[in-house]
Amino acid sequence: MASDPRRKAPRPGFVLDVDRSTPPILFHHGENFRLEKLPAGRSRVIYPAEPLPGLPDPDDSIRQALLNPIDDDPLPTLLKPGMKLTIAFDDISLPLPSMRAPDIRQRIIEQVLDMAAAAGVDDVHLIAALALHRRMTESELRHALGDRVYDAFAPQGALYNHDAEDPDGMVELGQTRHDEAVTMNKRAAESDLLIYVNLNIVSMDGGWKSTATGLSGYSGIKNHHNVHTMQNSRSFMDRHASELHKSNWRQGEVIKKHGPRVFQIETTINNNTFGYDGPMSVLQKREWEWSAKDRATFIGMRSGLNAMPSSARRKIFQSWKAPYELTSVQAGEVEAVHEATLENCFKQHIVPVEGQTDILTLGLPYICPYNVNSVMNPILVMCLGLGYFFNMYRGQPLVREGGVLIMSHPTPWEFHPVHHPSYIDFFEQVLSDTTDPIEIEKKYEKQFAEDEWYRHLYRTSYAYHGVHPFYMWYWGAHALQWLGRVIIVGGDPRSVRRLGFQPASTLQDALEMASDVVGPHGTITHMHNPPILMADVT
Amino acid sequence: MKLARQLGITPLPKSITRALSPVKRFRALGFPFRAPSTPRGVEPVHELSTTGARYDTSWARRTPARMARAAIVDGPMRLAVSALAAPERRGADRLLDLKGPAIFAANHHSHLDTPLMLTSIPEPWRHKIVVGAAADYFFSTRFVSALSSLTIGAIPIERTKVGRRSADLAAELLDDGWSLLLFPEGGRSPDGWGQPFRGGAAYLARRCGVPVIPVHIEGTGRILRKGKSMPRPSTTSVTIGSPIRPTDAENANRFAARIEAEIAALADEASSNWYQARTRAHAGNTPSLTGPSAGSWRRSWALGDRSRRAKTRARRWPDI
Repeated sequence: MASDPRRKAPRPGFVLDVDRSTPPILFHHGENFRLEKLPAGRSRVIYPAEPLPGLPDPDDSIRQALLNPIDDDPLPTLLKPGMKLTIAFDDISLPLPSMRAPDIRQRIIEQVLDMAAAAGVDDVHLIAALALHRRMTESELRHALGDRVYDAFAPQGALYNHDAEDPDGMVELGQTRHDEAVTMNKRAAESDLLIYVNLNIVSMDGGWKSTATGLSGYSGIKNHHNVHTMQNSRSFMDRHASELHKSNWRQGEVIKKHGPRVFQIETTINNNTFGYDGPMSVLQKREWEWSAKDRATFIGMRSGLNAMPSSARRKIFQSWKAPYELTSVQAGEVEAVHEATLENCFKQHIVPVEGQTDILTLGLPYICPYNVNSVMNPILVMCLGLGYFFNMYRGQPLVREGGVLIMSHPTPWEFHPVHHPSYIDFFEQVLSDTTDPIEIEKKYEKQFAEDEWYRHLYRTSYAYHGVHPFYMWYWGAHALQWLGRVIIVGGDPRSVRRLGFQPASTLQDALEMASDVVGPHGTITHMHNPPILMADVT
Repeated sequence: MKLARQLGITPLPKSITRALSPVKRFRALGFPFRAPSTPRGVEPVHELSTTGARYDTSWARRTPARMARAAIVDGPMRLAVSALAAPERRGADRLLDLKGPAIFAANHHSHLDTPLMLTSIPEPWRHKIVVGAAADYFFSTRFVSALSSLTIGAIPIERTKVGRRSADLAAELLDDGWSLLLFPEGGRSPDGWGQPFRGGAAYLARRCGVPVIPVHIEGTGRILRKGKSMPRPSTTSVTIGSPIRPTDAENANRFAARIEAEIAALADEASSNWYQARTRAHAGNTPSLTGPSAGSWRRSWALGDRSRRAKTRARRWPDI
């Protein structure tokens, strides 16, 4: 396989017009798959680009980036004996799925620490910049940073999770010109140098969002994680058209003025989510190129999965570690670095698409940023479909205003009681009352955000913050406003109706239901995602 | 004959009994059926030894022997090492980007080091590796030589005299894609502290253009130190370092010193933590492998300070 020419010259993403000879198309369906025949003549499928080649010597590339940063001094010259150094890094939500060891964060942080050791820096703290996400467990930290870093810092209490609710651990740096509060982890804010180690899997990540959100608390985050911001981001995956990012960038101005000096390290990875060979490799091949072996593997995999209980299926999928390869690394001044990162990110993800569609179909996989080693509950299904996948566009949404979104996912009425306690109450109490994001925000957000029990679980257990399910719902606010109808194929009807959507048993039923909204000959577009793609819609 | 006489049996004549004994008959044949005797007035010609550095180990690198060795290493050897040494292996992730053959250079305390290394070196190097072994010890007789070649893939290395044969063989094997395990100290530690490194690994790395992977072994001296024949189970650790290559300006001696320094830093990492070890390494304060220059009792005393840190276990989240 090493000599496979496609590894060296990967094919770009493209749009396939479906005709009668097009084979059934793969739809991810949680911890399983569906093969769906799309109507010929009015359907198209957007395929992601094949994985770009990884950097031949990742460690050397990282070293060169640290020694030759963009618009900043070489890292070794910023490190002095006696200084206070903080290294913050992205949490468990990136990448998806988790990558095979060594994780990029480990590679970078080991090199940064080696330079700090050479400079004789003793006061070093490492912080998982998780904002209001759940804390990372020891094994998750070990996987992200490696045993060497963990054993050197965790026993001394110098490697830990950010705690946005620690009254003594947060500081307010000031207000933006739009009166948005900027809060930051106290240790990071008081450091002589803050090094942020980022991992961009999609264009939403990175830039000032890393520090302004990742190391912030509720009073800072609520300024951009709200319905107004999300409904006015076109889309939040396109940083220059995103209100979410504009707000973060304004907070970045305050950090630059009143906060620590920030040295940003950003990375991009390729689309090698399922590997070039092995049982999962079939999932990143185009259906008409499946060999006899691929078809046999797929049939075997699906039969096996059908025979398993959901917990066993979840265990198998969550144990998958993606063989992602590093495609770029850049370091230095936050904004300049992020522009380079976006360019490299788009090189892998962008697929040009002409015109919108009446019906957008999505196959939702088993994982989203908030259920790593956990359960994909119905709220996360909504967030992944209407939040992340719907917003994977540049220019205009793939589906026209008033169009229909059809998603495929089992949507079980199931929650992880430790990771998602506030989600359970949100689903039972809030969504049974209303699904309107504006009303939800007005009526319920404060109550959940300031609930002492959720606060306690966030700080001491492994729970997402009380306000987190609200953000998941806001993430889909733009799509809810835009779409005429949302249908979930193969989902638990009770959960689907609670979300305010319509359940359908088959894709044909869903298309029939969609015709009530868009007419009998509505055009259909399927996003063949993952591996990740972003539609550049003109 | 006496017994035959006591029993009243008439013994056979000597000529007949000699004829019936095949050994005696053979001895009676003489030259050319027997080796000629050397006249006293001439210098006898010494035949070249087929043991020691001259032992031909090529048979042990053919497929049947390799398969047998793989079965031994992954079967009884691994079980024995686990039972005796309970090794904690660290740093294999440092080799994930490495391709091609390499020289694994480790410190040496015990005969257990070789099995421990062979079971700790990750694939793909584990089953295509030869071990540089003392020619005067591991190749002393034909039986011992065959055993060493088969079980650990040993090749003879002269340590008592300077010779090209060992170096040429090792270089040839590296060029053929075989990796090499060497203990640059040249022998087991006599007192628990390390010995000065010799330049063989550094020389071969320069000559063949392959990287050296420094490895630190801790704890095997407690199990089977030099001079002991009965092992006593204990715990060990194996810390694999990042591959290093000689620079253009670095001769074999300097590179050998760097290999020693890297292994000393790994020893520091194993006894403290990675960041402290790197800080001391950059400041040139890494504790020496060879211990203090002092009397033997003070060296023994100082050994006690190098105790291993407690094991930390990854906390596991309960199943959902």
